[in-house]
Amino acid sequence: MTALRRYHAAVWDEPIVLELGRSGARGIEVPPVEPEIEAEVGAASDLIPPGARRETAPALPELSEPEVLRHYLHLSQETLGMMGISLFGTCTMKYNPRVNERLASEHFVAELHPLQDEETLQGVLEIVSRLEQALCELSGMDRFVFQPGGGADAAYLHACVTRAYHAARGELAQRTEIITSIQAHPCNPATAATAGFEVVTLPLEENGYPSLDALKAAVSERTASLMINNPDDMGIYNPQITDWVDVVHDAGGLCFYDHANFNGVMGKIRAAELGFDACMFMLHKTFGVPKAGGGPAVGAYGCTERLAPYLPGPLVSFEGGRYGLTEGAPDGVGRVREFLGNVPEIVKAYAWVRAMGGEAIGLASDLSVLANNYMEKKLLQIRGVSKSHPHVTANRLEMTRYSLGDLTRDTGVTAVDVQNRMVDFGVDAFWLSHEPWLVPEPFTPEAGEMWSKEDIDYWIAVLAHVCEEAYADPETVKTAPHRQVVHQLDPRGLDDPARWATTWRAYRRKRAAEAV
Amino acid sequence: MATRLISEDAHPYMAISPPGVVAAMLEEIGLDSVEPLFEQIPEAHRLTRPLALERPIRAEAALRRHLTELLERNVSCADSLSFLGAGCWQHYVPAVCDEIVGRSEFLTPVWGTPASDYGRNQAWFEYASQLGELVGLDFVGLPVYSWGCAAGNAARMAARLTGRDQLLVPRGIDPERLAVIHNYCAPVDVHGHIEVTPVEYVPETGRLDLSDLRRKLSSRTAAVYVETPSYLGVIEADAPQAAELARAAGAETIVGVDPISLGVLAPPGEWGADIVVGTTQPLGVHMSCGGGVGGFIATRDEEHYAREYPTLQVSICDTVEPGERGFGVILFEQTSYGSRENGKDWTGNSVYRWAIANAVYMALMGPQGFCEIGEAILQRSHYAARKIDELPGVDVRWSDGFFKEFVVDFGATRRTVAEINRALRERRIFGGKDLSRSHPQLGQSALYCVTEVHSQHDLDRLVDALREVTA
Repeated sequence: MTALRRYHAAVWDEPIVLELGRSGARGIEVPPVEPEIEAEVGAASDLIPPGARRETAPALPELSEPEVLRHYLHLSQETLGMMGISLFGTCTMKYNPRVNERLASEHFVAELHPLQDEETLQGVLEIVSRLEQALCELSGMDRFVFQPGGGADAAYLHACVTRAYHAARGELAQRTEIITSIQAHPCNPATAATAGFEVVTLPLEENGYPSLDALKAAVSERTASLMINNPDDMGIYNPQITDWVDVVHDAGGLCFYDHANFNGVMGKIRAAELGFDACMFMLHKTFGVPKAGGGPAVGAYGCTERLAPYLPGPLVSFEGGRYGLTEGAPDGVGRVREFLGNVPEIVKAYAWVRAMGGEAIGLASDLSVLANNYMEKKLLQIRGVSKSHPHVTANRLEMTRYSLGDLTRDTGVTAVDVQNRMVDFGVDAFWLSHEPWLVPEPFTPEAGEMWSKEDIDYWIAVLAHVCEEAYADPETVKTAPHRQVVHQLDPRGLDDPARWATTWRAYRRKRAAEAV
Repeated sequence: MATRLISEDAHPYMAISPPGVVAAMLEEIGLDSVEPLFEQIPEAHRLTRPLALERPIRAEAALRRHLTELLERNVSCADSLSFLGAGCWQHYVPAVCDEIVGRSEFLTPVWGTPASDYGRNQAWFEYASQLGELVGLDFVGLPVYSWGCAAGNAARMAARLTGRDQLLVPRGIDPERLAVIHNYCAPVDVHGHIEVTPVEYVPETGRLDLSDLRRKLSSRTAAVYVETPSYLGVIEADAPQAAELARAAGAETIVGVDPISLGVLAPPGEWGADIVVGTTQPLGVHMSCGGGVGGFIATRDEEHYAREYPTLQVSICDTVEPGERGFGVILFEQTSYGSRENGKDWTGNSVYRWAIANAVYMALMGPQGFCEIGEAILQRSHYAARKIDELPGVDVRWSDGFFKEFVVDFGATRRTVAEINRALRERRIFGGKDLSRSHPQLGQSALYCVTEVHSQHDLDRLVDALREVTA
């Protein structure tokens, strides 16, 4: 039996930064303006048109440099992140090589301006180009762009490319629908709707994916595109996916492969060979780039030659031995975000691909699927745990969707309660499920390839302990966490306009009003 | 596949890769190879050859050397003297910002719980709180991808709030930002289309032409979008009047700002802005070839605005323990995570790591730092503009009333901006952004950016170089 650690989070009782400091203190100085400049242009306040000047200084904290440092170091210590074990499913938690962080913070990345002449960007453009080639090899696609600032932004880019493609064919007014599945990540329907499409959502059938017949019934001359992931978040692979692509293509629609769950199929399948027109990789999931609490991230968008004319600029080109930047075609989508993309993250992903190589990338896929199936066997031995679609007996890929429905029925302890208790042992919260929940009290761990067998065994042991505790002493679980920075939130007020406060000034105003 | 697994080839990034471990795990699930684990994938779907990627470089020392060799082919703004701005700006990034965002605890979190990722949530709250002080508003969402994306989201918020379908934007706007806004506003013939109509500027001052604004405002106008300083650098002294005109027409006023100016320029929340958007990059984030950009959205803390945010946001709140504070995500149901296609636009990964850099930066600078940096930028940029304006054939288009960027017209030198910038590059200077294609009405002009990083010596060097290359 794996021994559980006597973990306790750091507790600093750290005040809000705006409560700290004293008048006149300062954290950094600005280089003083030379007397000749002052003599030439006069006082700064005279350089501002009347009425445009700020009259009252902003109510920011006044703190010395070491005080600011220590305040934010304390906050960092009050953040678990991946200091413990994080098997956060659907996000593929990987090691983020620190050498890549070092490289990306050096001046030859950090101090580049995006509008520099391309002659001065040869190194970075070569890296973009080489990563593009690597992703083309992994997907079979012909081109990749890195402008989208995350996976959802890449889904949005696909919706924009879809508009441009159908507009160029004179069918934009007719092609009003995008088809997706209930198990697709919410960003697919949401970005399709933002781009002006109606969303057709296919439900799952018995075997864990929507039926081909349902798709056939849904497609029509209104179909603009299919946006789908495979395998889905339950680790179920749709074996009819090539038939799906054919059905959509026959109706004149495009097919977009959301490769959020690429880890289980790296080196096994290629989106273009399955017939897809476009796909998306998340460099911050599959390619070793940090999560950073939610970006900066990159949704690398790849497509076949057919869609290449609609890609946003600037595009990296290679001619006569030099790398260059060209604008997208006039029919293209223009921009979904300013500039080339999150270049440091592109550099990190390139470094990760080089450190791995093709063989190790294939191995990583093998290992992540092995680790998931190992976990599944152990987790299903825990009282209160079951899995979705238990009758689908084929081995799941890199994830399995579980349910704590039995545990909740037996003990009243919910999946959120279990999350809150597991963090008492230094284990990061697991992912539940995207909306809508298709099984009661879902949870979705993903082992990936970075964690050791001991780490995985520890995670399993913590869950087993918490589930047993739920039966023996449910109150302890329901009132968790007990060894964390703070206790459970008081849920009252979070969605109450009279009480919510996203800023300190709103908080002070509302609490003062309450006190009256 | 099975053969790979029995190799002695443990990879440093994969703790699970040593061969004995794999054998033990396989045994546990009753298999002797991994192949059966992929039984769901039909043979016909399989890639039948090994991946043809570049050969691996597994030793960290060799990898670092390879990357360094490639990246040293760049010429950075640390190697050169740069006057590029135009949406991404060279400001000094304090070492403490780098130290904090480099902490592994802030580098690695994904979602967490309010208790276990408490410190990160507090840092996010402090980002929003301090930014709120700068812009003069009390509801601030977590950041979005960029200024352009924030403006696009704000336009959609305004369209939903007013039920109208037109956005008025300044003629001189950044073409990159405008292209992003166009995407958020959808083309004609598409559901949710918002027409984007430019409002002219006054040629003599560069400021928004209020009479043109009056002409174009109508019952269709969802919002008037103004920027101060504008893309072309000008402080929009007439922006409060623009906001008044918008309000009288029943439209929202969206104001785009560079927050580093807000120690010296009036906070837009106090002169009529309804929705404030802008960049977060100048606040402690390196340019990183454009990888440092980020955007924000802020409004008054009024429910009808709050209920239109597409972003996640954290609120300070109580915990079940008396006297203890917590931070929780609010208005989750209206996001795409909560409501899929029925949510407000969409959200996802953004630039949350930079929100922490922004929080640290604002805390370091404080009220005095923001005042001083604003004044230093004003004085340095005006010094440069005056010296450049004295050069023969070189004309600073609007020589007063700008903040850190200004338009330099080289038309009378009979040289193109491209030629001038090439000659400057030979002198290790990056000249201003060439406006000749994006703003043809300005002729052979360039947008120069001067910040607190430029010393008098740097500025004199620029002026001398310009004198040489335009002679």
